[in-house]
This record gives sequence, structure tokens and C-alpha cells, in this order.
Amino acid sequence: MRYLLAVLALAALATLPMVFGDYGTGMLVGLAGYVTLATSWAMFSGPTRYISLATVAFFGVGAYTVAVLNEVLPYPLVLLAAAGIGATMALLVGLSTLRLAGIYFVIFSFGLAELVRQLITWFEVNVTGTLGRYIFLDLEAKHIFWQLLALGAATLALSAWIRRSRLGLALRVIGDDETVAAHSGINLARTKLVLFVASATIITLVGAIQAPRWVYVEPSIVFNPTVSFLTVIMALLGGATRLWGPLCGAVPLFLLFEWLSARFPDHFSILLGLMFMAVVYALPDGVLAALEKFRSKGNGNSATKPAKEANA
Amino acid sequence: MSQNTRRAVLRALPLAMVSALALSAPLAAQEDPVTIGYAVSKSGPNATGAGITTIPNYELWVKEVNEAGGLEMPDGSRRPIEVVEYDDRSSAEDLVRAIERLATQDKVDLILPPWGTGGNLAIAPLMDRFGYPQLAVTSVTDMAPEFAKRWDRSFWMLGGGHDYATALVETLAAAKEAGTINDKVAMISVADGFGIDLVKAARPAFEEAGFELVYDESYPLGTSDFAAILNEVQGSGADSFVAFSYPPGSFGVTKQAMTAGFNPKVFYIGVGGAFPVYGKITEGKQEGVMSIGGVDAMSPAIEEYFAKHTSVIGNPPDSWASAITYASLEMLEEAVKRVGLDHEALAGELSTGSFDTVIGEVKLEDNQLRKLWWVGQWQGEHFVAVSPADREGAAAPVIPKPEW
Repeated sequence: MRYLLAVLALAALATLPMVFGDYGTGMLVGLAGYVTLATSWAMFSGPTRYISLATVAFFGVGAYTVAVLNEVLPYPLVLLAAAGIGATMALLVGLSTLRLAGIYFVIFSFGLAELVRQLITWFEVNVTGTLGRYIFLDLEAKHIFWQLLALGAATLALSAWIRRSRLGLALRVIGDDETVAAHSGINLARTKLVLFVASATIITLVGAIQAPRWVYVEPSIVFNPTVSFLTVIMALLGGATRLWGPLCGAVPLFLLFEWLSARFPDHFSILLGLMFMAVVYALPDGVLAALEKFRSKGNGNSATKPAKEANA
Repeated sequence: MSQNTRRAVLRALPLAMVSALALSAPLAAQEDPVTIGYAVSKSGPNATGAGITTIPNYELWVKEVNEAGGLEMPDGSRRPIEVVEYDDRSSAEDLVRAIERLATQDKVDLILPPWGTGGNLAIAPLMDRFGYPQLAVTSVTDMAPEFAKRWDRSFWMLGGGHDYATALVETLAAAKEAGTINDKVAMISVADGFGIDLVKAARPAFEEAGFELVYDESYPLGTSDFAAILNEVQGSGADSFVAFSYPPGSFGVTKQAMTAGFNPKVFYIGVGGAFPVYGKITEGKQEGVMSIGGVDAMSPAIEEYFAKHTSVIGNPPDSWASAITYASLEMLEEAVKRVGLDHEALAGELSTGSFDTVIGEVKLEDNQLRKLWWVGQWQGEHFVAVSPADREGAAAPVIPKPEW
């Protein structure tokens, strides 16, 4: 029954481009993109509490792969190649950095985007002698939306499955206390690595799928750090430890930013900064957790709370 | 505040609002406005370029047109311009969405282009699909001829990297023939789409003109310390120093040359050299520095344009793409006056008509502006055009450049 509902909901979402016009479809592309980014980000960063600012490193690699290969390979193979490259890169990065703790990982992940950008630039300058590539693929906004919708649904399904599996349990233990996790026989490195690679591969695919919208691609366009920041803030707003949390953060924030860009085109950076502070100070566990707390307080029933948290 | 007075205020407020609306209503209702939309980078890495070249000219033009009563239609009536603007946050995805919004949601009459090569390419397929003419001013691309063919309502107005590089080589070759400089050139370039385009064209052109490239290195975008590079360049024996640079690197390399007392006979930098702020960077010693672009400083139209830009915006325009941006708006204004707002007719007029603008008479060739200034030089208060040397309005280059 639940599967049937999910399929029906997905089908309904897929017809949305027919209902809305071009602009509506463009919004759907952005929404689906950020929901997928935030959900896949939270897949790794939520339970492990490793705040990764490397989103745009993988996102950009995906977009760049499409730019390089779109004229030599058929489109599905280009996407496969992007996923492969993203996964390989995540594996290498994960092997070398997932032993870093807390703040060091944050700093490294932020540097990674810049590192990848400089490497690509160096390669293009010294080896191929071109910087700036063109993507002339005949894909309209609705095609891109359908792909992102499929990827987003797959991401949510994968997240849900991981939560119920031994892997999800292991991750939660790691997030609570690494020492305890190690003593209870959890292979820390491998567990973190698997999740990191899965999450990064999905992020790479989001970049690859969205790239045909931009026609022209160069490192400064695809490695825009705002993507990393927005992903983090969306996931945190909704609640990174919950399955539907990132979605609940991404949708309202995306709509809010869209509204702000039209209403206050001169103040985006300031508003983004204020938003960050508001989320961190006022809603440290996300909107969903705050709502639950509010509800349980209203009922005067605190006994159910631990049970709920364990469920989450 | 007592209950009564608060009530009175609350009652008076809507009244005041209504009367304010009523007063402004006749003005707005007088003529149905023409809506013009644009999405530009007001935040993020592209905000600097957009803030210097694109946004001030849009604002200046809209203000002038509205003060004159609005855009003139073919029947002689005037309709005021109403602007719809969005911030694309320097993101291609947001830019594309903003264009979709302008075209299908706001249904604006005309769309003005964003700043930058990437932005203009990102919106080109959409502009084409929705049928809007696109005056892509701030895009430097060697592929312009192909793009003009692919999207037949797009117009490319700033040439390609190849044009700028070969014109510079010609200018230097003339000086070499005259015996003012030796045949050695030291060249650095920013590792960025723009720097690579120029250096790729410059290398063979220099060789063909009989120059020897004694130094040829690229540096990453964001480099701020040029001491080591200039040290090596200084020892290379080259009379000509060429930097295909990007701001703020263009300013950094200038500062370093001044500090190190590096005085080549030719000092050329890339984007930024034609910015009004360059005089401040060099503390007034910019005399003889060469860069991209230039204006015909003797032209009264340019002089008037500089004066009004300074008085309305608060600072003078840059001497490369600003005047061309403004000219593209004048073309649009004139074309609307001739054929109205129909997109197909407008595109046709822009493509085939000739227009009187601040940069002189403009007639596009295959949807591209080819009558451009490729090399300029600071001479006195102005960044004057020196290449093409045979075009009317060109100044003779001053080589060697005076010492800092």
C-alpha cells in the first residue's frame, strides 16, 4: 500500500511540468535539485555529524564531466561516467580524510572544492589549452526535472533503506560516540566510507543532470561555493538526522530565496547570513525536531519523547 | 497613546494610502508602460563586473528615457519604462530560471542581457525559444559567428579574444619596426577562460611578427603576489611586458611593478586597465599603460556620455565595454522607435539597420559589432584608443611608456 502511494505521488509530481509553465518547470528543476542535494548530503552528514562543505566539489565534477563528454558519448553513458568519476573521487577523498575529526574535516571539505577547481583549471590550461566548454544537448527543463525527480526519489528510498539496515544503526552509533562504536565491533572507516561514496555519487549526478541548462561551463561557474552553503543550511533547517528533514528544509528555503531575489535583489548576501545564524541558534536540531518538541510540550506528555527520538 | 488616538491613526492610515494611490494613479494610467526585465549578478563573484559595466548603464538609460517621457513608439507616442530586475547571485541556474520567469511569468516586453560571457551563453537558447532579441554585449568569444548563426536573434558586440591579442601584436610590431622596442616579449596570463583565449591567439601572432617570447607563464586566478613573477620578467631583457590579466590581478601586477621600479617600454594589462579606478591604483601615474578597449576621447558624444554617467551614477564609466553597453541600449531604443515592440521586427531592425550612438554609427555585420577598439592606452586624463591605428579617432601610441 505504501509503495503504491509512493508511486502515485511520484507520477503526480511528474505531471507537474504540464500544469505549470516554463517558469514553474524551472522552479521545479531547482527544487528537485536542492531536495536531492540536501537529502544526499544528510545521508552521510546527518548521522555521522561530519559537516561537509564539499558538495560543490562533486556537483561541479558532475557538471564538468558532462561538458567534456557530451559530444563524444551518448547521454546515458555520460551520466554513468559522471557517477563513476564522482564515486572514484569520493573513494580517494574518503580514504584519506575520514579519519579526520570534526572541525578538521569541515575545513578540508571546504578546501576540496577549491582544490578540484584548481586541478581542472591547471589541466585545461596546460594540457587541453581550452577553458570554458559548451554543452549543446537537446534537453528541455522538463526532461531535466524528470531526471532529477527520479534521482531524488531514489535518494529518499536509499536513505530510508539505510536507516532500517545494520549500516544505519552503525552510523548512528558512530555519530553518538565513535569510541563506543569501535568497541562494539563496528568498522568505523568502512561504514563512513560507504556512506560518503553513496552521498557523493548522488551529488555528482545532480550536477551532471543540471549542467545542460547552462550551455557554457567553466570552473568558476560550476564550483560556486554558494551551492555547498545552501545545501548545508537547507538540510540543517529541516533536520539532518531525519529522513524527510532535508526536504522540509529545502522546499521552503528555496521558495524563500526565489522570493527574496525578486523582492530584495540587493540584499541577498546579508539575508543569507542572517538565515544561517537563525537556523544555528534558534533551530539547532531543525524544524521537524522543534515541531515535535512543541507538540509534546503541548500534550504535557514527555514520556513518548525518547521513543520518538529513537525512531527518528 | 490613548485608545482613541490609536484608532484615529489606524483609520487615517488607509485613507492616506488610498489618497496617495489616487494621486499617483493618473500618472501611471497616462500611458501603458513598457516592461523591461533583466537578471544581473548583484551578489557573488560576478557582481563586480556587473556593477561596473552593466547595471550603471541600464540605470542611466532607463532614467534618461523616462525623463524624456518614455520609449518612443513608431506612432510617436511615448510609453514609460517599468523595470523588473532579479539578482542571479552569479549562479547560472538562478539566471536561467530568472529568464524563464521574465519571459513567461512577468511577460516583459524586452529582456536586457546579464553581464559576462557565461551568462549570455546560458540564456541564449531560452531567449531564442521565447523569441526575444538578445544584445549580448559583455561576451568576449571567438565563437560569436557560430552563435549568431545558431541563435539568429542574438547579437554579439565585444569581439573575441583573438581580435584583442592580434591587435596588440600589430601595435607592438609597428613599434618594433620603428626601432623603439626590441624583439623580446615577456608575457603572463591568468589561468581563466579569458586569459587562455588571449594567450592562445597571442603566441603564434607574436612569433609570426618576429618576436621572441622570453617569458611565458600562466598564474592561477586569485594570485595576489606578483613579486616572484616580476623578478624573473625584469631579468629577461624584454622591452615589452604583456599581462593578459583579470582584476584584481591587473591591479596587483601594476602595484608590484611600481614598487619594484619595473619600467618596461610597453606595459600592457588585461581587464581592469580601462576602469576609472585605475588612476587611483597607480596614484595618478597611469600615463602610457596599455590595456584592452579604449574610447575616442575627442568625440563630443563620448565626452557627453562620460559627463552624464559621472553625474548620475557618481563615477565615470569604464573605457571599454561601458560605452558599448550604452550604445546597445541606444540601438534598442531607436529600433523600437522604428518598428515597435514586435520581437521579430525588432531583431530584423537590429540586424540590418544602422544606428547613431555614443560610439559613432553602428551597423552590425552578421549580427556582430566588429567596429571596435582593440587596444587602448592611458594618455593624460583619458584611456584613448590606439588600435586599429587606421580607424578615425585612434590616437598614436606612446612608446616607450614614461617611468612610474
